[in-house]
Amino acid sequence: MSETPASPTPLREAPGPSARPLAGVEGSPPRTILEVRNLKKHYPVTSGVLTQRVVGVIRAVDDVSFVVREGETVGLVGESGCGKTTTARCILQLERPTGGEVLFEGKDLARMDEGELRAVRRRIQVIFQDPYGSLNPRMTVGQIVGEPLTVHGLVADRAAALARAADLLAMVGLSGNLADRYPHELSGGQRQRVGIARALALEPRLIVCDEPVSALDVSIQAQIINLLEDLQERFGLTYLFVAHDLSVVRHISDQVVVMYLGKIMEIADRRSLYEDPLHPYTKALLAAVPIPDPTVEATRERTVLKGEVPSPLDPPPGCVFHPRCPIAIPECSQGVPPLREVRPGHWAACIRV
Amino acid sequence: MGPLLEVRDLRTHFATPEGVVRAVDGVSYDVREGEIVALVGESGCGKSVSALSIMRLIPRPSGRIVGGEVLFAGRDLLALDDEQMRRVRGREIAMVFQEPMTSLNPVLTIGRQLTETLEVHLGMGETDAERRAAELLGLVGIPDAERRLPQYPHQFSGGMRQRIMIAMALACRPKLILADEPTTALDVTIQAQILELLRDLSQRFGVAMLIITHNLGVVARYADRVNVMYAGKVIERGTARQIYHDPRHPYTLGLLRSVPRLDLPRKARLDPIEGQPPDLVRLPPGCPFAPRCKFAIPRCAHDLPPLMPVGDDHLSACWVAESLAGPVASPAR
Repeated sequence: MSETPASPTPLREAPGPSARPLAGVEGSPPRTILEVRNLKKHYPVTSGVLTQRVVGVIRAVDDVSFVVREGETVGLVGESGCGKTTTARCILQLERPTGGEVLFEGKDLARMDEGELRAVRRRIQVIFQDPYGSLNPRMTVGQIVGEPLTVHGLVADRAAALARAADLLAMVGLSGNLADRYPHELSGGQRQRVGIARALALEPRLIVCDEPVSALDVSIQAQIINLLEDLQERFGLTYLFVAHDLSVVRHISDQVVVMYLGKIMEIADRRSLYEDPLHPYTKALLAAVPIPDPTVEATRERTVLKGEVPSPLDPPPGCVFHPRCPIAIPECSQGVPPLREVRPGHWAACIRV
Repeated sequence: MGPLLEVRDLRTHFATPEGVVRAVDGVSYDVREGEIVALVGESGCGKSVSALSIMRLIPRPSGRIVGGEVLFAGRDLLALDDEQMRRVRGREIAMVFQEPMTSLNPVLTIGRQLTETLEVHLGMGETDAERRAAELLGLVGIPDAERRLPQYPHQFSGGMRQRIMIAMALACRPKLILADEPTTALDVTIQAQILELLRDLSQRFGVAMLIITHNLGVVARYADRVNVMYAGKVIERGTARQIYHDPRHPYTLGLLRSVPRLDLPRKARLDPIEGQPPDLVRLPPGCPFAPRCKFAIPRCAHDLPPLMPVGDDHLSACWVAESLAGPVASPAR
């Protein structure tokens, strides 16, 4: 599929050849677009049929704080149950947080009512993992992409919505004759492009990408990642990229946040995190990723992490990682290690580093 | 001695309203005793259907094995009657599936599921079967078997359930295990544990293994030989080293180049395979990969290349395989 040059579009092109602020580049620091502060999402666990008693609480997200700056991509990575998707859903206000703040352009989304949120939602869009499950099977591709414009009253009529949809489809590399097709007639990669076109329709500032390529074949994954990067460059988009694939996260992210059992273990810029990880969990995670090269694999030190992720209902005391940690000491079970800045811009929640 | 498993020119087709889907279309590969062989490819390439065909578990009437042979220890499995085939399944060839939750019975304890296999296939008495079940759990790294055997599948984590599946697969000491995406549903740290376990058991008991996966990384560490599939055909076969260091099919090369690698410097841009996989109902007359191929020549559009030798035990179904030799095809480029 070739990248079709886009027709004129109201989406604002980014100024200059690169709108991506790179760490260490001179000039004014990029603006913070999203700040998550002490975010908590706790789910009560109840027992009993008639009289529901709360017997426990699952701390799916437990005191999570990080910052996303304009034009950059922040990767949120971790294994299943680490809270990365719940964090994303709390940012989108699809789940209301139990505590903490979600500051988008300085305003706390967690305290907004539905009416206020509706206005903000235009500016924060989402791309889901399963492009099939998130597209209405009874709508044509053109209707799907044009619908947000109609819903938000941004176009005069249906015809205008469809015309705009055609532009958006071209932007994501789909030919205009797909506009009359239904999602089931498309391949997985094409469906994800439709999902991206729909997210772009409202000219968002921030796009939350929740495992956007993990349901796709590897050859198609690379197409979609390149597309996301092209669009970012062109329109100065900001991404929060939630994923479990560490290789993909390394490729696309400027900053990386590593989560485990509802907590942040480490935050750093891409280079520091991958070349010089501090937290033993990050190290174990990176060591577990298989490399598609038998020679490399033959000589590679493989420290297989023992055990499994503990139940979030009954997390270990102290550092949640200590029961599986190869370098844990008795003190690790005493108190929760704070996330501290070990080096400039490189944070880790571990008392051993 | 011949190979343990030899699949010859296997064809499995499905009748759909759109037409006949040639899911497996003339596939041949073999697995020698004690060896780990991989079938690699993307969704729809026919890798799983080919494994299900070996076990004769193709859903009928829409699916049908329309041709070929599946020789296992010298016998053609496709010629067996249903009763004989039932004795092969589980006992001589066992299978491990991607999603252990759906392949375990949710209303039976795992102890019962293990002992049932042993009683049915090996005719063991209850006491012997229970002792052996406990032993099997130990083998796959589930401690505290006494407490675990009376539990139900939902009381185990995903990784533990996959260990139980492996214990069930091993129960009758099969000669061959077909593992269909055995780690795809698992987290990366658990994946590593399960793959190490599979390899250890394979070596310890001399069980051969056919691993079916889309993940090139998984295969690199564990497979002796690799078959790469595309659109219902094997398009390249070789040792793991040949496939990864000297790929001779543009599709294999494309797959290797399209994945970002943690051990190499980050590329500014990924190198995808452009286009979409073909519609299996309307396959082009020539090479099915030709429409997406950067190296295609006019002949590729109408003349289907057969698997041809390009080195020792190394085959490629490509008319320009020779020109891919050397640094041109360095996957790391």
